Order: sequence, then structure tokens, then C-alpha cells
Amino acid sequence: MYRYDEVDRRVVAERVEQFRGQTQRFLAGQLSEDEFRPLRLMNGLYVQRHAPMLRVAIPYGHLRSGQLRTLADIARRYDRGYAHFTTRQNIQFNWPALETVPDILAELAEVEMHAIQTSGNCVRNTTTDAFAGVAADELADPRPWCEIVRQWSTLHPEFAYLPRKFKIAVSGSAEDRAATWVHDIGLQLRKNDAGETGFRVLVGGGLGRTPIIGEEVCAFLPARHLLTYLDAVLRVYNRFGRRDNKYKARIKILVKALTVEGFAAKVDEEWRHLKDGAGTLADADVAHYASFFVDPAYDTLEPNPADFVRAQAESPAFARWVGRNTRPHKAPGYRSVTLSLKKTGVPPGDISAAQMDAAASWADRFGYGELRVSHEQNLILPDVREADLFELWQLAREAGFATPNIGLLTDIVCCPGGDFCALANAKSIPVAEAIQRRFEDADYLHDLGEIECNISGCINACGHHHIGHIGVLGVDKNGEEWYQITLGGSQGNEASLGKVIGPSFAQERVAEVFGRILDVYVRDRLAGERFIETVRRVGITPFKEAAYA
Amino acid sequence: MHNLVKEGVPVEDAWQLVREGEGELPAGDLILPLARFLAGERAPQGRTAVWFAPDDDPLAAAADVLALPLLAVDFPAFTDGRGYSIGRLLRERRAFAGELRAVGDVQRDQLHFLHQVGFDSFAIRADLSAADAAGALADFSAGCQTSWRRRQGRGLHV
Ligand code: HEM
Ligand code: SF4
Repeated sequence: MYRYDEVDRRVVAERVEQFRGQTQRFLAGQLSEDEFRPLRLMNGLYVQRHAPMLRVAIPYGHLRSGQLRTLADIARRYDRGYAHFTTRQNIQFNWPALETVPDILAELAEVEMHAIQTSGNCVRNTTTDAFAGVAADELADPRPWCEIVRQWSTLHPEFAYLPRKFKIAVSGSAEDRAATWVHDIGLQLRKNDAGETGFRVLVGGGLGRTPIIGEEVCAFLPARHLLTYLDAVLRVYNRFGRRDNKYKARIKILVKALTVEGFAAKVDEEWRHLKDGAGTLADADVAHYASFFVDPAYDTLEPNPADFVRAQAESPAFARWVGRNTRPHKAPGYRSVTLSLKKTGVPPGDISAAQMDAAASWADRFGYGELRVSHEQNLILPDVREADLFELWQLAREAGFATPNIGLLTDIVCCPGGDFCALANAKSIPVAEAIQRRFEDADYLHDLGEIECNISGCINACGHHHIGHIGVLGVDKNGEEWYQITLGGSQGNEASLGKVIGPSFAQERVAEVFGRILDVYVRDRLAGERFIETVRRVGITPFKEAAYA
Repeated sequence: MHNLVKEGVPVEDAWQLVREGEGELPAGDLILPLARFLAGERAPQGRTAVWFAPDDDPLAAAADVLALPLLAVDFPAFTDGRGYSIGRLLRERRAFAGELRAVGDVQRDQLHFLHQVGFDSFAIRADLSAADAAGALADFSAGCQTSWRRRQGRGLHV
């Protein structure tokens, strides 16, 4: 994992002091509310319904156990003993006092963490596949590139005041697990025929009020040109993106207005002058960053050791958890374990300080002291020996972390909604809970198989409802909270946007409508067909008929 | 303007910013709107400079513009970041070597970024303290990417 060098440390420490000064000037009345807002947002500080909310970056989802302990400590001392993982590999504290935020940031800096650009109209935290580096289907490790992009984007002087927020995701595997098609820039690692590493570059994807799947702007960008090319794309956006209307200010609107060809031509014109310039990556730079992401010293293990196989035979509950919450690892005899933050009755993505400490200790004891956070709002132990899984499972069960539902309907991705967020049209957490309660029967849930359900409390789409196989969107109907349902959305290689099935439903009906939709699936599915595949094959009409019958 | 930061410190300002698109020009050294300069107007007594609005195109500027001793870029609101790209383009693609000045809603927290992309003087908003703003130039002693000031391309940490 990447370790800060002297420059990183200085930049982050100086940023903390700069923000301390900004906060003091605001509290002393020297900065107006309007002037302080963009400054605090660039440091991840929102003011929401009840209190400020501080969003801390977990760059490309990587965490060391010590960092997680610090987050737990901050949750206990400055907040109410818990925090919330978001859909963009960040963690949020919901109740810190404004005056204490500079101190929190100083403590984070001690463990090489920060809140730089976790909000605001700037380049946000770069995200990737939570299984980067350990996935069996990886073509190239995206993490060195994520770190390179993190550094390039951190306090980039030209792009601190963009028309709107800007999100970059990097994927390095056959299956896109980083939602690259719905980011402002999606980078897909590729090798060309000559064996050279490079990127397929997508632009103009995004959700929010105008959901759009990105388009390819460059089929193969040799990797050494990554930063000069990003400079060119961002410069075109910074200069020509709309600033008159914040709802039309994302890069996707510019790309549509110019067409992707027109946009690419402008980028190429700009890039001609940057290409091969000072921002070009030398082989030595790339090797330097790659050197932080070498494999740990995995033991040579036999896959499926006898005790592990026996434990599964003896305990169906363990077997179910292994089947759902662990993934194949590139090293034989190891698995990646997902600790579920989707226990019924707990807001999706919420984690207590005690759970953070427990997960940190397991990362040390069963792994190499590292964890990952996924954009589906779960926590991952990337390298666990199969022989240790039974013991880990027992510990995780006690800590409320072992709900065997990863990838299933109740592994709901959900924004904070009306319980916390000032922009919400409707609550989202109680809807998630109602769905989890209705589908609590484990056999039925497992029979339904993989279903991604995403809930957003308003059109801003923080819960990614457009790319849920089943999406739920909170809407306001004459001051009441109603919910619109979409079907057929998907992340991944075949990213698609869901279609609205019809008029919205009252809150108490949402779970029941889910029941009707899933009855249709069970009735119409072909053998082995996943929910999303059935929706693609038969279309939304049968589901719609059942929902409104 | 008497709230200028130049070479890191508050200084007296010799230049006068002309905002208006028309009307009689005063005496002294003037920073004119680009359009007025292109229409042939010059300071009647004193030196002439021009300022770019965020939607003026620095790539279209002709040699006579680039030969001026000072070019200014307007920031109508501090959240409008187009001027950073204009500054960098003037420096990097147009090789402008004169004084590059930020004018408009220029506040303390922009100075570090402005300086990095090539600005070297800052007309701080009239109601703010130039001395305080000048302090921001020392906010950061290092950076993580190349820019006009950090061109040496020693990897990412320069
Ligand atoms: C409570 C404070 C929050 C506020 C005020 C807020 C506000 C917003 C707004 C206004 C947008 C739309 C921006 C645009 O499209 O231009 C947005 C997008 C987004 N938010 Fe939030 N958000 C909050 C919390 C969260 C949380 C907790 C998550 C994760 C669970 C999240 C994840 C996202 C994501 C992924 C998008 C991007 C959608 C896209 O691709 O366009 N946000 N947020
Ligand atoms: S989707 Fe809407 S309600 Fe949910 S967090 Fe985002 S802004 Fe708030």
C-alpha cells in the first residue's frame, strides 16, 4: 500500500493548517457564509440537516488497520460512535462540531489520511475496484494509477474551481467493478497488441438528474501520457463547461453539446501542446508507484483445506456465508472476505466504532493489515486464508458483520436520505429496512439470487438508483414522500440505466411492490437466469402489470 | 487600485483598471478591456495593458497583445475558475513573459493556485487586506503536480 513521502506529508499538513485558518476566519466573521462554503466543501465539510458532515477520503478504497483504528477513535471522540461508508469510497462523520474539524483533520494527517476534495466543484476522490490487486480476473493493477491520479489531482492549481464536481474511476479487470461508465472520466486499463499498457478513456458519464452512460473519447492512451491527457480534458471542461446553470454544468452536458467527436477534437488540439511535456510519466515514476503495490508474501497453500471443507459440510450457515461473502483470490488457498454492512435494521453503510476496531484487528490477525471499502458500502478483508475462515466467520457473526447477503437483494446501496440530508425529497433508510425485513427469509433471498437494489432520497442519485437492477427514487408529491421504481439498471461492462415502471408508490407499499416484481421473476425466469437477465429478456411490461394490478 | 500584492508583498499600484466598455479614458497607465484594445484604443497618456474576461480567448491574442507589459485576467466571482486556464495558456502556449495579474473577486484562498499557474500579481478585492492575502503565498511549500511554477518534471513530486 502507498506510504506518504516527505512531500505528501507536507502538503497534507499544510492543507490542515490552511483549513484551520479558513475556519478561524469564518468563526471570526471575516469570511461570509457564501465565501466559506466552497472552501469548506473542498475539504469535505457539508452542513446538513442536523449538524455538519465531514467526508474523509479513502483513496481508491485502501485502508490500513491503523487508519481504521484512527477512524474509530475519531468516531468515538468527536462523533456519536459510528460513521458511514459512501458509494464513492469515502467515509462520513455525521455529527462533528465545526470548531473541531481542523483537529480531526490533523489527527487524520498523522495516519496519512485527509478530506481534500471530497466535495466541492473539483476533482474528487479517485475510485476503483475494491478487489484491485487480488481479483482473479485482473488485467493490470489499477492502484498505482489511482495513486498517480490522486497526486495529480490533489490541490491541482488549475482545476480547483471547475464548473461542477468531477469524478474519476479506474478499472483494471475484465469485469468493470468501478462503474467507469457512469463517471466524468472512466479509465479502463488495457494492453495493446505490442503489450504496452494504456487506457481506454471514457468521458461524460454520470447519474444525478441527467443520467448518462459515458462515451469513449480515446480508444488507447499509452499510459505515460495519462496526466497530460487528463490536463487536456480538464482544461477543455474548465474553459467551456457551462457555469450559468448548475444543473447543466457537469462535463456530460458539454460532451453532449459538442458531441463526443467534437469534444475529442478540442481535447486533442489542447493535448498536442501538453503531450510529451513535463507531466509525462517516466518509466521510473511508474515503477516507483507500482513498487508500493507488490503482493504480500503469500504462503504456498493448497486450496480447499480439509478442515475448511468439513466446516462447510457441518454448518450450512457457514457454507452460505462462504458462498456469498467470500470471493476467489488470485493466490491459491486465500479468499477475499466481504464484511456485510447491510444488516437489517442498521442503515446501509453505517459502521460502529467497535466494528471498526474489530475489523482492524482481523486485518492484522488474518491478513496483512490491510482492508478495502467497496462502492457498494461494505468492508473487505482482501487476503484471508481459507483455513482461517471458520474462525473469522464466528467472530464476524458476534460483531454483527456476517450477514450472508453480499450481492443479494438485501445488500442495498442507499444514500442517507431524509433522515440526514437537507436536499432529500424522501427518506431512504426506512425503505431499505422495510425491504430487508420483507426478504429476511434466507432461503427465499438466496433463491432470488443476485439482485442489486439502489435507493436515493432525491434526484441527485447519491444511492446510484439509475444503475440498480431495481432502483428506488424518493420523490415529493404534494409534500408527501413517494417512491418511483426503475428496473433494468446495471453497473459493470454492460452498464445501463433503469426504466421507470410507472407512477410512484407510497412508502408503506414499496416492499410489497418489490414482492410483486420478484414473483414475476420467479414465475418467468429461465433456469439459471439472474434477475437482471430476465428483465433484459422479457422487458419491464410484465413487472409493471404485476406492480399495478 | 491600492490593494495589490506583487512579488509576495503589498505594493502601490501604478495601473488603473478600466471596467467600462466605452467612454472617455482617464490619464495614467490603464488596463483596458480586450475589446477596446482590439478596437484600437490606447491609454491617452501612459502605458496600456489589457484584461481578459473569462470567455475571451487567449489563443486568439495577437502579437501586439502579447507584447504588452501587463496582462490581467478577470475573476468575476472567485468560484469561476476559467481564469486559471487562461493564465496557464498565456504562459505556456503563448509564452507571455510580462506581468500577469488577477483582478476581480480575488481573495486570499486563491493566491496559491493563481501563483502556481503563472500569475505574479494579485489585485486583492478592495474590502480585504492585501497584507493578509499575501500570507497565503506561503501556505504550501510543495505540490504534487507540474504547473507553470513547477516545470522541472522530476516525477510527480516536484
Ligand atoms: C448528506 C449529504 C449529501 C449531500 C448534500 C449530497 C449532495 C449531492 C448532490 C447535490 C449530488 C448531485 C451532483 C450533480 O449531479 O451535479 C450528489 C451526487 C452524488 N452523491 Fe451525494 N450528497 C450527500 C451524501 C452522499 C452520500 C452519503 C453518498 C454515498 C452514499 C453520496 C454519493 C453521491 C454520489 C455517488 C453522487 C454522484 C451521482 C452521479 O454520478 O452524478 N452522497 N450528491
Ligand atoms: S440522493 Fe438526495 S437525499 Fe440522498 S444523499 Fe444525495 S442529495 Fe441527499
